[in-house]
Amino acid sequence: MSAALPADGRVEAAWKVLASVDDPEIPALSIVDLGLVRFVAERPDGTLEVGLSPTYVGCPATEVIRESVETALSKAGAGAFAVTQVLSPAWSSDWITVDGRRKLDAYGIVPPDRPAASLREVLRGNRPVGCPRCRSTDTECVSEFGSTPCKSLYRCRACLEPFEYFKCI
Amino acid sequence: MSAAPSGAAAQDLFRFVLRLGDLSLVLGQRLGEWVGHAPALEEDLGLANVALDLIGQARLLLTYAGEIEAKGRGEDELAFLREHGDYFNAVLAEQPNGDFGRTIVRQVLIDAFQLELYERMATSTDERLAAIAAKSVKEVRYHLRYSSDWLVRLGDGTEASNARVQAALEALWPYTVELFAEDELDRSMADRGVAPRLSDVQAAWSARIDAILAAATLQRPKDRPHAWHGKRGQHSEHLGYILAEMQHLQRTYPGARW
Repeated sequence: MSAALPADGRVEAAWKVLASVDDPEIPALSIVDLGLVRFVAERPDGTLEVGLSPTYVGCPATEVIRESVETALSKAGAGAFAVTQVLSPAWSSDWITVDGRRKLDAYGIVPPDRPAASLREVLRGNRPVGCPRCRSTDTECVSEFGSTPCKSLYRCRACLEPFEYFKCI
Repeated sequence: MSAAPSGAAAQDLFRFVLRLGDLSLVLGQRLGEWVGHAPALEEDLGLANVALDLIGQARLLLTYAGEIEAKGRGEDELAFLREHGDYFNAVLAEQPNGDFGRTIVRQVLIDAFQLELYERMATSTDERLAAIAAKSVKEVRYHLRYSSDWLVRLGDGTEASNARVQAALEALWPYTVELFAEDELDRSMADRGVAPRLSDVQAAWSARIDAILAAATLQRPKDRPHAWHGKRGQHSEHLGYILAEMQHLQRTYPGARW
């Protein structure tokens, strides 16, 4: 077991621990990169409280993430802690950090367009999605849903490579 | 934080939240039947992902219902141990999948309903329902994008595909009436600002459906009086089969966990 988190700056130290927890579906990104950690606070009784938001309500990764967070905090010697689910305001793909967007792109997943699409845009619009390999915008959507609800499947007509696009929500 | 309701108000809210949660749960279970059977891998993924979102909604809603009831029942007890007469979903959700076109028709009708309902419920006086609606509506937009896109392709496709989805529309349309049939419970929820007026939801739904049907070159069937009361626990014969499959494991091995 490693040493306990410093009493001074315990919240900052916890953020560092959380930044080392990878998303189970997209391990190139941490849960902090994805904007899933909503707050870290110390309650008056000394309990460290971590607020987590789910990306999608049915995302099976939500429970895995919660367990990973609990494991990481225990291993780091965080002391008493509680993980809370935060539903409101609802998670938005706009909260993926600049660093997170860069990592997504490098991983071969096109980061979500910003700002998150309005109702009209979701139903009617098709903003151009650029290929993460050759950067061509001559691409087509093959499937609205991919390996996870948060992504759709695309194909590049220029380099013929398939790729995933992280939907804006 | 608003105070938790008690007494008769809690009983009403409990039943109302079950109506919403059961609609999502039963439809999600239905869509799950497509896994491994859809016409193409992309549709297998698409329907499964929509099912997952719906079951996610159901989990949030049934968990909340259990807290309102305050008798120690959680999402699992409510999903797996209730009899069909204690399910309050509108019967449209439990109608069989039929062919892919029929599944898509049912999906468009319910996606558009959930979209208009949740958009309005995001400002509910009930903070918890407002949060669940605001979260869910973002996903429902993508559900409707998927289902309406397919309905247009099938309706405006070949003669055969058009005939099949038109027939599915005729068969399923009568069940839509129940979604908007306002009873005392719906009225009291609207009076308290917990839920929108169903007449408002219906007007918006109707306009949205008309636009989709026009793009799909499909004819809107005539409204007929309905005889279904799933929202009061009176279901078609289909729900029993759904529950038998969904509840089998928990009833055979009570308390079994993954």
